[in-house]
Amino acid sequence: MNDLFTYTLRLGDDALISAQRTAEWIAAAPQLEEDVALGNIGLDQLGQARSLLQYAGQVEGDGRTEDDLAYFRDERDFLNLQLCELPNGDFAHSMAKLLYFATYQHLLYEELRNSPDEMLAGVAGKAVKEVAYHVDHATQWVLRLGDGTEESHRRMQAGLEAFWPYTAEMFESDELVRRLAVAVDPSTLQDEWERLVMAVIDESTCSRPESSYQHRGGREGRHTEHLGYLLAELQHVARSHPGATW
Amino acid sequence: MIEPLWEVFIRSRRGLSHTHVGSLHAPDATMALRNARDVYTRRQEGVSIWVVRASDITASSPDEKDEFFDPAADKVYRHPTFYQVPEGVEHL
Repeated sequence: MNDLFTYTLRLGDDALISAQRTAEWIAAAPQLEEDVALGNIGLDQLGQARSLLQYAGQVEGDGRTEDDLAYFRDERDFLNLQLCELPNGDFAHSMAKLLYFATYQHLLYEELRNSPDEMLAGVAGKAVKEVAYHVDHATQWVLRLGDGTEESHRRMQAGLEAFWPYTAEMFESDELVRRLAVAVDPSTLQDEWERLVMAVIDESTCSRPESSYQHRGGREGRHTEHLGYLLAELQHVARSHPGATW
Repeated sequence: MIEPLWEVFIRSRRGLSHTHVGSLHAPDATMALRNARDVYTRRQEGVSIWVVRASDITASSPDEKDEFFDPAADKVYRHPTFYQVPEGVEHL
């Protein structure tokens, strides 16, 4: 398979699956204002997914559209990080996940802006501003919940720990990213990511999650049990009524 | 969770003044500003936001309407309508 196609699909799937999870909060967030904030964030992620999947389809050259890639691939064909597909949990869990993921995406897009591939550089250039806001949003909540009441602190700590075993996968390097000149090798982002995330965790008065077993496999299409359910909801209408328009 | 109410003022572009656009709930000023960005500037409505705690605003009371506002009703001399504007004067 074409390297550039696979690489673009990885980034696009991260954004698409995150968007679907983020959207689950709409009308379920702790306050109306947060519904709108998370709606905005989810739509930013969906916008990134659309650009990337559209481009992936173009690169592949088999005439697949963004919709074909989003709605008519099966679980094992998705290359997103397992972190993106994990259930939201409570609000503190979701903010922990957003802090981890958005900080990673921000560092990645900052680098990808300089990619010789004009399309990837363009998507990254637009997305980097969006994601900077996602980082800020997650940071604000981690600080407030961590340094809030006893209960909010307990939940924030639990959230930070729950997703920690899924963070190393973000920085996994492989043959493909080393071979593909237009790609960013994510292993180069790990030190800075840890510095940024740890600074927020320290300030929030939570303790740093202890190193633990780290899950992996998303980039090769191996996923947790949760992705299937997510895809069922995401793909149901498109598969029940193929080609439907409105 | 009942959080304080904040009034939101947006400047739609440089040179105009901030205009009241609505209100929202937030735990503190920093979050109020971010919520305002999310709720009220999604469609490029503004270049600057102010948030003010609603409880910090002192407002005139509807009960005082008569003594506050009615006396201005018959003071026509307060309006600059007694001047002849020379022809050709622009931007007045």
